Amino acid sequence: MELAYTEEQQAFRLQIRNWLKNHVPKKPLKSFDTEAGFAQHRKWEATLNKGRWGMVTWPEELGGRGCDLIEWLIFEEEYYRAGSPARVNQNGIFLLGPTLMEYGTEEQKKRILPKMATGEEVWAQAWSEPNAGSDMAAIRARADRDGDHYVINGQKTWSTRAVYADWSFGMFRTDPNSERHHGLTFILVPLNAEGITVRPIPQLDGLPGFAEIFFDNVRVPVENRLGDEGAGWKVAMATAGFERGLMLRSPARFQETARRLVELYRENQESADRDPMVREAVLRAWMDAEAYTLTTYQTACRLSKGGKIGAESSTNKIFWSELDQKMHATAMSILGARAELLPHAPAAQGVGHWLDGFLFSQSGTIYAGTNEIQRNIIAERMLGMPR
Amino acid sequence: MDFTFTEDQLLFQESVRDFLVNEVTTESIRALWETKTGRSDELWQQLVEMGLVGMTVPEAQGGLGMNAVDFVLLAQECGYVALPENLVETVLVVAPLLAALPESDVRNEWLQKMAAGEARIAVGHSRNPLVSDAHTADAWLLQHNDEVHLVKARKKNMRRNESVDPSRRLHSIEWAPKPATCLAKGPAGKALWMQALNYGALGVAAQSLGLAQRMIDLSVKYTSERQQFGKPIGSFQAVKHHMANVAVQLEYAKAPVYRAAWSLANNHRHAGVHVSHAKIAATEAALLAARNGIQVHGAMGYTWEVDMHIFAKRAWALDGAWGDRAFHKTRVAKFVLKDNALIGASNTFVA
Ligand SMILES: Cc1cc2nc3c(=O)[nH]c(=O)nc-3n(C[C@H](O)[C@H](O)[C@H](O)COP(=O)(O)OP(=O)(O)OC[C@H]3O[C@@H](n4cnc5c(N)ncnc54)[C@H](O)[C@@H]3O)c2cc1C
Repeated sequence: MELAYTEEQQAFRLQIRNWLKNHVPKKPLKSFDTEAGFAQHRKWEATLNKGRWGMVTWPEELGGRGCDLIEWLIFEEEYYRAGSPARVNQNGIFLLGPTLMEYGTEEQKKRILPKMATGEEVWAQAWSEPNAGSDMAAIRARADRDGDHYVINGQKTWSTRAVYADWSFGMFRTDPNSERHHGLTFILVPLNAEGITVRPIPQLDGLPGFAEIFFDNVRVPVENRLGDEGAGWKVAMATAGFERGLMLRSPARFQETARRLVELYRENQESADRDPMVREAVLRAWMDAEAYTLTTYQTACRLSKGGKIGAESSTNKIFWSELDQKMHATAMSILGARAELLPHAPAAQGVGHWLDGFLFSQSGTIYAGTNEIQRNIIAERMLGMPR
Repeated sequence: MDFTFTEDQLLFQESVRDFLVNEVTTESIRALWETKTGRSDELWQQLVEMGLVGMTVPEAQGGLGMNAVDFVLLAQECGYVALPENLVETVLVVAPLLAALPESDVRNEWLQKMAAGEARIAVGHSRNPLVSDAHTADAWLLQHNDEVHLVKARKKNMRRNESVDPSRRLHSIEWAPKPATCLAKGPAGKALWMQALNYGALGVAAQSLGLAQRMIDLSVKYTSERQQFGKPIGSFQAVKHHMANVAVQLEYAKAPVYRAAWSLANNHRHAGVHVSHAKIAATEAALLAARNGIQVHGAMGYTWEVDMHIFAKRAWALDGAWGDRAFHKTRVAKFVLKDNALIGASNTFVA
């Protein structure tokens, strides 16, 4: 055990820090759930990619740096520390990208990954359906084979970024007689294809952060299939594994929220201390963010020595999503009567972003597999309790 | 950056676990409750022979000269079996404290005797009102302000205080400091006692991880066997989620404990805060394991006969030892709430 960075790792950190200092936009970008904001974020992805900072764990020939997981964690720390923009293409780079590298053909990788890396093509996930939420195996949207094409019919929903995104990836039933997780196939569908209708759904903040997607005889070439026909479940689980596992929520994000929470508390200490629970919650925010960081480093080190992510990765999703909720609830508590104000309200005086964070934190325990489902998985697969 | 244990450390953990699970059964623990000392000399000698007692004693004094990182997984296993013997304090507090003293005949002799199993030493820190295992010790390391005293153990000077955990043997000690027994004082003595507190708290934290795991294992087994409404109660989601909640807390308490061990072994400048974080996280996981474990056992969990309470009571007893919750939270608060605190992304592994 050696809990210190090597000289190379420290040099790598400084290199990113410098680059970000010179490139992170001084003025915060608009929300990527607006048309203008989406375009700004897309441009930022291109800037990142030009500096070869878009996806540092990718191989060099794809514009990455072939970084290991520790370097990736260092990158993320610097990224959040610098207050850099949110990643509009995270579904692509963190979820589909790794899945493609594992299951994609050479042709698919060449065709898809470079444009994903530059932000030229932004990806949305299309798993959920009105009647297939937690129970994803209940998927009904069909893809019927017609020569060298699939013909897709059905409906997907809650598809994040789909309003402005270019492509979607998801699972469709290719065997009409199949049930549950059999007979499903992983297919990539361009969102501008004929027969697709995207209907935006406003989220708690009123912006269309996700959308329904309707498929009416949408023809997609067979080359857009990822993995074998009928093997969709296996391929999708790899994506879900990345999502729950390391990539979706790196610790730096929560460490920065905890740091800002400590700041907020100290700036308002006299009024905040009237409620003794607040100080306790602030200290816990730091401890839990620290525990999440330490545990992630431990996992990363284990994985780089050939270990595997197991069912314990379900504890990860519960831990960060509930930590995020607790931190934002504490901030609301400190802000008191100002907590309800929208960011642009004159009296919000620069603290309104806590409300945005608070609203978004409500969804963390729902998306990427609800926390109830994660608890079932922990009990059954990690602890071995009876089904 | 390498946050893993070595093959050797993991193999040692495995062999110690196998040994302890075989030797320290809940039956043997219950049998010891009925004895006068509550301790097994035979088991202690076995621990000596395995090199465990002298693990942190310097090699020059016949020990293995290892550190907290080498021992932390073993302390965890001691918790897993609720080991009654005072091994964790001996290895993590007594030996490092003695070893940190300047060379002297007294220091060398006692360290040698400890490692050889010829003598035992109990330790009384001002944060613990009572001394654990004073009754089987040959000498007591006692605190008087900043002074470290090594005092010969005398039966007539100690008084047993019974704990909720029948395996714990706590004693109040009456004594008067004399210049002849003083081994260190002033800033050096103060630093030694602070170090002792950190090591003691690490020991509690590591044992709490093992205790929590044991209570999960007992509860999973019980709820898989016990049937109600025609099925195992462990198939009910409310029962599953009780256990999943413990598993989550435990999973995120481990890395803080291992980091604290590393920081102590490497004299990191923030080792104290790391220890406090570890102790809070690990004891809370054990307390939740006790609460939820008892709950899913139903009335069985409220009995003396079912083994759950052996581990629950150890968890409750250790929670307040080596710095209570308020002490450790205060230390965390000082670190987190000061100007230019080293918090936020990129500061976790700051040197
Ligand atoms: C912000 C946000 C972004 C999203 N982005 C995407 C996206 O990009 N692509 C996509 O495909 N989907 C997306 N989703 C959808 C998400 O995956 C689903 O919401 C989620 O899987 C839950 O499904 P549901 O909403 O139908 O809830 P339901 O399944 O109806 O669940 C409702 C409640 O019942 C509980 N419940 C259900 N089944 C069980 C059970 N077996 N045991 C215990 N409790 C149970 C749930 O935990 C939950 O509390 C997003 C959701 C949100 C909120």
